[in-house]
Amino acid sequence: MAKLNRLQTASLPDPVLDRRQAVPALIDNHGDFLMIAGLAGTAWDLSALTHESPSLFGLAGAMGAAPMMGLGLALAQPKRRVLVATGDGELLMNVGALATIALQNPPNLTIICVDNGHYGETGNQESHTGLGVRLDVMAAGAGFPVVYVINTEADMAEGRRLLREGGGLTFILLRVKEGPTARLGKKNLFPHIERDRFRTALLG
Amino acid sequence: MAETVSRDNWPDALYRLLRESGVTQFAYVPDAGHKALIDRSLADPDVHSVPLTTEEEGVALVAGADLGGQRGVLLMQSSGVGNCINMLSLTQGGRFPFLTLVSMRGEYGEGNPWQFAMGQAVEPVLKAMGVIVLRAGTPDDAIEAVTAGITMAFQAGQQVAVLLSQRLIGAKKF
Repeated sequence: MAKLNRLQTASLPDPVLDRRQAVPALIDNHGDFLMIAGLAGTAWDLSALTHESPSLFGLAGAMGAAPMMGLGLALAQPKRRVLVATGDGELLMNVGALATIALQNPPNLTIICVDNGHYGETGNQESHTGLGVRLDVMAAGAGFPVVYVINTEADMAEGRRLLREGGGLTFILLRVKEGPTARLGKKNLFPHIERDRFRTALLG
Repeated sequence: MAETVSRDNWPDALYRLLRESGVTQFAYVPDAGHKALIDRSLADPDVHSVPLTTEEEGVALVAGADLGGQRGVLLMQSSGVGNCINMLSLTQGGRFPFLTLVSMRGEYGEGNPWQFAMGQAVEPVLKAMGVIVLRAGTPDDAIEAVTAGITMAFQAGQQVAVLLSQRLIGAKKF
């Protein structure tokens, strides 16, 4: 059987957090943010957390779009705090976006990568991060001025602070165990409805 | 346009058109065919000039700009169109206004055989993803097509590509 290389650079502790508690604990009052959520787990996480707030645009396709949508939104709305929540798989698909975003350096943007080390929607295959690829190091290398890793509950308070008063463009790696997302009700899957809802709430 | 559009100054006229239409986010992968527009955006303190690592980033960027009430344009070479295909699901599904200017390679007068596969596929690929294609072969065409594209994208909410032919921008010499 073919075996994937487990990188020796992997030096982070095994994840212990459950995303169903960790994502709400980190984001806390979601009313503070304009939000983009990547497919698929994080869109479910934030849909449940916000009860489908009109300030959330959640993806169920166009894999890799979330960080760059967040950049366009953050540049357009410099007085609002913009939060992108996305998974390790989605971020890896367009990881060059970290470089593009760091060059723009919008101080009102935070990217949270909910890293479960797996492709949870497709059969739970181990992802590159599960095998040792370090997205936090890649974000730092891209030039993100603030990079923070959350491994345990003890790291959460600082994450909450960074989301609201961080020192500029921020990348937070939220490391969670593999396992289900929160699913409350049915997430809207029609992007044109989400667009209309989002723009009406924000722009009138 | 009050002034005459010439072989040399049409990119400046395009930049004015885009700015007058309210475009404030210019996304691009560097390309010789868009050099003047890119340089103008870099020199303009009132816009965001956003160099990309791959063109599909720009598709997502301008959708995010729209959510925030701004307008963006994606400047790319024909080879970059292929990098955008699945990301155009976002544009199409979300009914986001979308305007891209594509500097063509792999067509009229091309000397590099590598450019033909994607150059010739640009129009069918864009159409397959629901993007309306306009073409420009002269400076006057370019002004007219970009004016039309601005109305179609930002007033009518359509997805529009304006292809700038090698007849207009000149074939690259090898």
